[in-house]
Amino acid sequence: MYLLLSELSKYFITILLALYTLECFISFRFKKQKNNLFYVRQWIYIFAIQFFAFYTMYVKQPKLIAEAIGDYLNIKTENLEVASYIVFFLFIQLVFVLMISISLLLLENCNRLLLNNMCMLLGIGFIIQTRMSAYRAIKQLTMVIISLILALIIIGILGKIKHLPDFIHFYSVFGIGILAIVLVMGNITHGSKLSFSIAGLTFQPSEFIKLLFVFFLASALYEKTNFTNILFTAVIAGMHVIILVLSKDLGSALIFFVAYICIVFMATDNFGYLLLGIAGFCIASVVAYRLFYHVRVRVLAWQDPFAYIDKEGFQITQSLFAIGSGNYFGLGLFGGLPKDIPYVETDFVFSAICEEMGVIAGICILLICISSFIMMMNIGLHLKDEFLRLLSAGFAVIYIFQIFLTIGGGIKMIPLTGVTLPFISYGGSSLLTSIVLFYLVEWIYSRYCEEGGAPLEKGKQKA
Amino acid sequence: MKKENKKPDRNKSMYVVMSFFVLLFLGMIGYLCNFVNNHEQEMWNNSYNKRQEILASQNYRGSILAAGGEELAVTKVIGDEEIRTYPYAEKFSHVVGFCTQGKTGIESQANFYLIQSNIPLNEKVQNDIAGIKNPGDNVYTTLHVPVQEAAYKALDNYKGAVIVTEVKTGKIIAMVSKPDYDPNQITEIWQDLVEDKYSTVLLNRASQGLYPPGSTFKIITALAYIRQYPDTYTSYRYQCNGYYKKGDNRINCYHGTNHGSLDFTKSFAKSCNSSFANIGMQLDKSKFSDTLDTLLFNDKLPVSFLYSESKVEMNEELSDEAMIQTSIGQWKTQITPLHLNMITASIANGGIMMKPYLIDRVENAHGTVIKQFSPSANGRVMSSEEAEILTELMVNVVENGTATKLSGLNYTAAGKTGSAEYNNVKGDSHAWFTGFAPAEDPEICVTIIVEGAGSGGDYAVPMAKRIFNAWFDEQDSKN
Repeated sequence: MYLLLSELSKYFITILLALYTLECFISFRFKKQKNNLFYVRQWIYIFAIQFFAFYTMYVKQPKLIAEAIGDYLNIKTENLEVASYIVFFLFIQLVFVLMISISLLLLENCNRLLLNNMCMLLGIGFIIQTRMSAYRAIKQLTMVIISLILALIIIGILGKIKHLPDFIHFYSVFGIGILAIVLVMGNITHGSKLSFSIAGLTFQPSEFIKLLFVFFLASALYEKTNFTNILFTAVIAGMHVIILVLSKDLGSALIFFVAYICIVFMATDNFGYLLLGIAGFCIASVVAYRLFYHVRVRVLAWQDPFAYIDKEGFQITQSLFAIGSGNYFGLGLFGGLPKDIPYVETDFVFSAICEEMGVIAGICILLICISSFIMMMNIGLHLKDEFLRLLSAGFAVIYIFQIFLTIGGGIKMIPLTGVTLPFISYGGSSLLTSIVLFYLVEWIYSRYCEEGGAPLEKGKQKA
Repeated sequence: MKKENKKPDRNKSMYVVMSFFVLLFLGMIGYLCNFVNNHEQEMWNNSYNKRQEILASQNYRGSILAAGGEELAVTKVIGDEEIRTYPYAEKFSHVVGFCTQGKTGIESQANFYLIQSNIPLNEKVQNDIAGIKNPGDNVYTTLHVPVQEAAYKALDNYKGAVIVTEVKTGKIIAMVSKPDYDPNQITEIWQDLVEDKYSTVLLNRASQGLYPPGSTFKIITALAYIRQYPDTYTSYRYQCNGYYKKGDNRINCYHGTNHGSLDFTKSFAKSCNSSFANIGMQLDKSKFSDTLDTLLFNDKLPVSFLYSESKVEMNEELSDEAMIQTSIGQWKTQITPLHLNMITASIANGGIMMKPYLIDRVENAHGTVIKQFSPSANGRVMSSEEAEILTELMVNVVENGTATKLSGLNYTAAGKTGSAEYNNVKGDSHAWFTGFAPAEDPEICVTIIVEGAGSGGDYAVPMAKRIFNAWFDEQDSKN
């Protein structure tokens, strides 16, 4: 009976996730219904998915979490199998409940869709990270808590600052400075200089600098969009990108580049700049291809990974095996071999989800991300304040483009770039950046509501 | 405020960016679905994918069965050991293959189905609780045991291959390759097999063996001629003196036979090399090349098992010598029995080439069909008129030509023999036969190669007769 339920739970999870996704898109049609409690239903789905997933994992691997907690806290956890699962599961739910209630308390007007999506994606992250290593999942949970506190502090500080665009030089100089320090002194991981360590903690600064970069562009372009101003931003953006390319952090370099093109385009509404940006992008791609061996290797491994299956193509072929074997409904948690993919917990977490939770679940995640993106853009569309409009749109672009890079790379649609999937991938820098990004948008949304804007989701109709 | 006026304008760019990313993600979802729909098997079957082992630990390997339900490969459980046994041993060695020491044949091609178990979920759960493995899915092939046995016996101790297909569907009825091996003994004989380079026992000659087609290629030369001279080919005349000479190039008829006065039908029936050299010299090389392209020479074949690509050289720069030799299936021309069978079957099928296939359906352990494969056409390779003309020519080969050993039976066969020389020493030739029956409403198409035997008419045709008889006996016993 337990087994049957755990076998069936993969279908339950798929259905619940699909329902949740549906609600995301229905929420955009807020004008037609009144007092719709879509977000409450979404909470139920989030909770139920967590429940079924942890139940399945308990049936398959009862000792998993007890052992991990034992390792983490250095205590004996024998005979605590059931208890450890219940504690861990409830703790995660508690974090979600606190997260939602504190957000609702602190931000007078909170965008429920973004908040729910954040919970849902974090929840899926906990499931898949627990399945791969419960120890890492516990660390992930602590990082989420820390990130939440930091994010709330950050938006608290922002609320006190009168005029954010004044700090334009801080945004650019600080950003370039930090990236340059990483380039010179950073740790080398997998051939790229991505991170540096302080007091035993490893940071990947390019993650946070993305946010500063959006602040910089919004500050530079919100008033004046004349040519000299654009040229000035181009130089600063170029410096960011070049330092990242030299650090071999191709994924981040691409994100900065694309964010720059999109933000300039949205600030000027001039198709000429868009074309110029695309042309520049093409030239830069060709130059990078010619100049850097590691770029050529990535392209080669992408074109025919099976020809290089032993070396360059190993990651991507293992990722494809995982997705292909999982098919639409997945092999079930602990039914596959996601750990065969190198760096599965960070760069290839989407493939692990497709393998065990199914491709339908993967598609739902893509749609949830898209609904978050549309909401962020939608907030931008309705804002009267040009600075905030650019901020919101800029965050939307860096968020969605990063997802495109990581998932597109994992399914062999584009070459691998090695970036993380926001909220789901393991890693503090990625988590912190994603959570801060969402809270920044929440903060912008609350500013928008203070301006007197109408709510952008159903269920909070003005009386 | 100044921004009030600008706003509607500026939002245009935001809509562009928004639509772009939404479309990009829809494209990504489409790409993902397409990948899952089309590559699942390929991903499971790759030897780098260790997930096969998960299934192997959960399920017993399913059985491979013939069309009549006879077991060709079964997994027997003795104690803790699972032993793969092949009741027909050597008779199906290449086509069924083996699954230890790597995987070959249907064991490899259908591996994806054999390692899965599609029994109902509640039974799986019961088995899981009881700690026993699930029975894997069974694969029903298109192979007919009586025909395969007839072909196996007919080929006797010769090296060579036989392939028999159903004309209208492309189902492979029999596929024999010799020398063979006993798949039950594969572990024991493995070392000998891999070390024995010259007889290439492991090679499935029916689909991977490349041979000079010899006179069987005259079917194609004839087709090209009919296409180029649709109105005048019937008035073709040639006086054969046993050889053909152009400049320094000379070729002889088989055994130097002097065929005398010939028309087109008779040239084909008697398989006159001199006349066909003469025909070849009248062909437009680029049109000939087009015909060869449609027939899939130098190209991939639409099959899902291992095969070799047939080769032919045909272009404007080809010398007279090469042209003469190519017209009679020599020079650099090489073909697999499989490919020749596909071309012959297209003639029998009114010009439409069917995709040959080996797996008819997959059933779970209770006999519920999980997947049914259906015949599919690869396309038209010649007009129905051309197919009809070639059929007549091939009927004449049986009635008045080189395959008379197939005449006077209770069915009419059509075919073409070949005696392909494979080195310059006289008498070293492979015996070919490719043909079908009944000529009026073709059922099966048989292609035979007997290595180094001699003439097709003497060696391959009698084998074809035994195979056709086996098929018609099997059909009669059903009715």
